[in-house]
Amino acid sequence: MSQLASTPGANRQPLKTRLARWRRTPIFYPLIGFIVIFFAMAVINDNFLTSSNLVNLARQASIIAIIAVGMSLAILTGGIDLSVGPVMALSGTVMAGLMVAGVPPALAIVLGLLVGAAFGAFNGLFVAFAGMPPIIVTLATMGIARGLGLIYTGGYPISGLPPEFAFFGRGTLAGIEMPILIMIGVYAIGYVLLSHTATGRYLYAIGGNEEATRLSGIRVSRYKLLVYTLSGTTAAIAGLILTSRLMSGQPNAGVGFELDAIAAVVLGGAAITGGRGMILGTLVGALLLGVLNNGLNLLGVSPYLQNVIKGLIILLAIYISRKRTP
Amino acid sequence: MTPLLSLRHISKSFPGVKALQDVSLDVHAGEVHALLGENGAGKSTLMKILCGIYRQDEGDIVIDGQTRDFHGYQDALDAGVGIIFQEFSLIPDLDALDNIFLGREKRNRFGLRDRSTMIREAQRLFERLKVSIPLDCPIAELSIADQQFIEIAKALSLDARLLVLDEPTATLTPSEADHLFAIMQALRDQGVGMVFISHHMEEIFTICDHVTVMRDGKKVDDCHVASTTPDDLIEKMVGRRVENIFPERRCDADYDDVVLDIQSLRLDPDGPEHSLKLHRGEILGFAGLVGSGRTELVRGLIGATRPAHARISIEGKPVRLRHPAAALEQGIGLLPENRKTQGLVLPFSCRDNISLNNLAQFQGSLPLLRRGQEARTATDLMTAVRVKAPSPETPVGELSGGNQQKVVIARWLGHQCKVLIFDEPTRGIDVGAKAEIYALMKELTAQGVAIIMISSELPEVLGLCDRAAVFYHGRIAAELEGSALDSQSIMHHATGGLRS
Repeated sequence: MSQLASTPGANRQPLKTRLARWRRTPIFYPLIGFIVIFFAMAVINDNFLTSSNLVNLARQASIIAIIAVGMSLAILTGGIDLSVGPVMALSGTVMAGLMVAGVPPALAIVLGLLVGAAFGAFNGLFVAFAGMPPIIVTLATMGIARGLGLIYTGGYPISGLPPEFAFFGRGTLAGIEMPILIMIGVYAIGYVLLSHTATGRYLYAIGGNEEATRLSGIRVSRYKLLVYTLSGTTAAIAGLILTSRLMSGQPNAGVGFELDAIAAVVLGGAAITGGRGMILGTLVGALLLGVLNNGLNLLGVSPYLQNVIKGLIILLAIYISRKRTP
Repeated sequence: MTPLLSLRHISKSFPGVKALQDVSLDVHAGEVHALLGENGAGKSTLMKILCGIYRQDEGDIVIDGQTRDFHGYQDALDAGVGIIFQEFSLIPDLDALDNIFLGREKRNRFGLRDRSTMIREAQRLFERLKVSIPLDCPIAELSIADQQFIEIAKALSLDARLLVLDEPTATLTPSEADHLFAIMQALRDQGVGMVFISHHMEEIFTICDHVTVMRDGKKVDDCHVASTTPDDLIEKMVGRRVENIFPERRCDADYDDVVLDIQSLRLDPDGPEHSLKLHRGEILGFAGLVGSGRTELVRGLIGATRPAHARISIEGKPVRLRHPAAALEQGIGLLPENRKTQGLVLPFSCRDNISLNNLAQFQGSLPLLRRGQEARTATDLMTAVRVKAPSPETPVGELSGGNQQKVVIARWLGHQCKVLIFDEPTRGIDVGAKAEIYALMKELTAQGVAIIMISSELPEVLGLCDRAAVFYHGRIAAELEGSALDSQSIMHHATGGLRS
């Protein structure tokens, strides 16, 4: 019997066992929380459960959700990436600037994404090979990225982008809005990476016990470099959507986004110390934040009060999940 | 006479396991009470209940005839119970004095720390223990033994009348252990009751008055130490008689076939130069005292730390091992000394721990894992090393020490390793599992694997190794083989050639 546990035969176990196992996954409590708050919002507010509002909600949540994928990888390995907001802004302004300078949009987008990836790799070099604490490295590069964006733009938004560029922020494909579609794509890739590749397993292992992972013959530094490169890349993808949606490159965009992304990851059930978490949990966390933002706005709650309510809900959610999970 | 401590009919269940069933235990003042049992027998759970960390489902904790109700560690401390865990609770950057009085600092009339009063009190404690340890030296710079003595002093400063010592000798050298026993004897004369957990029979017969044997969460027997024998205790502990824990002596070594040739390895630029040969099918012991440089050498060998200079060849071919991953590619694996901090990814299941460095073989043309194949291989490896676990999905942290070590071994069986380095492979492991690990090592040598075994236990080196390199102060002081390999010559070289 014991050997059946890992095979498809596991589905035939009694419901109670399966439920108990499910409760131990990091996504269980975030999902419950999401459902509770979602239905609470639906009951309080008639306009919440309309399809146009839900699409709105998902689109608004998509930017933080995408950044949170990279953040999940960093947190999973026991690190963090504070530079995501400024990197998003930098990548977005570079795309905008290149297009305004006459570079074809496709090439400008690729170069903008590369800027994000390169900046992430810059973070990764210090974290992985110099052995510096990620929170310090990315705190420093947070300022560098913001400064570079401001230098590049002279502090002014870059507008006058080619109209076809609006596709990524405002267009639809097969009836689905592009930001939502891109978000789904990024999460699909994140899911496959973490759950179905050796690399993903190594990231969990690094967060669970870095020294044991290294001693068993895994080149930990390379994977850390990869993590920060990917985090820079997802920030740049978010920058693409934002720039396209606004149709301008905003050097001051994304202030505080790193905190929302961290909140999404932690609300999604990941351990801030690494080694535990699920990419779908992060999606739930990001959507939960989206529901709160959207619902509180619909209710006409003042933005100042919204901050307080969001903070309290985050505290409560994490308190509950920490008490309940081993 | 009323016992100092009486645990009565304690039962405790965790989801899916009955950890303790109706266990009773009496400890009198001035008695050293050995608690014996294989890992997983329930000793730690019982001690955690005694310290208020867990709460029993049934049964009573009675101290001085009074039933106590512990809701946390503090309640236990208040009742006079002190525990010395294997992992110390000292703060490495603070000195001994600050550690002893942490949270209870003596204050002068200005409300500031009154160091001189604390120093006087600490010195009284040290006199009681007959130790002298510098009080103003950061804990991290003291030896493990001194740290342990400070833990004991700290417990005594809290007026502990009952001390629980959880495998205190596991990390001590023989002479340090003797010192600990002297301290325990002094405390016994002062009327302190002690619970002593150890796997070493000779220690139990040296220091203990009474022994309680546990197996599978139940008390099997308790008796006076004077009225029993080691064989008898082992039999009760494992439920069968272990005739000889070492496999039959058989030399698998092929001395014409050098697998690993360390021509020159220097860890520090001005450190000693090591050279060593390892032959196919051989078990080479690294003997010596704790801290004599054995672990450092193997870490430098596999590239876990960067050596200053290395000239190494494997099967005659020169290799450069700059990272444990490079060592793995060349077929060298290290099973580190500390399973929990260096060997295992504790949140991972057994399966994930085993496949950790084997994942490449489960990839197809796409870099996606074939999880069915992975699960089958991991299960096979678990069977091969006889891991006792409810399922491959069981978190490895829930297994006993012996089974955890088997999981680490299983990880390396997935590779065709030429050299495996076992660093203290049986530390903190019970007798039954030790025998199984020795048998596994001999199975490996029969297949031609060469093994380096770092061990501080002489019987292990003598019972298993074909040759032994004896370390002293970071150097290989001697290589012993054949009739020259005996306990006296090992100790002679391990202590720097001084007769003990």
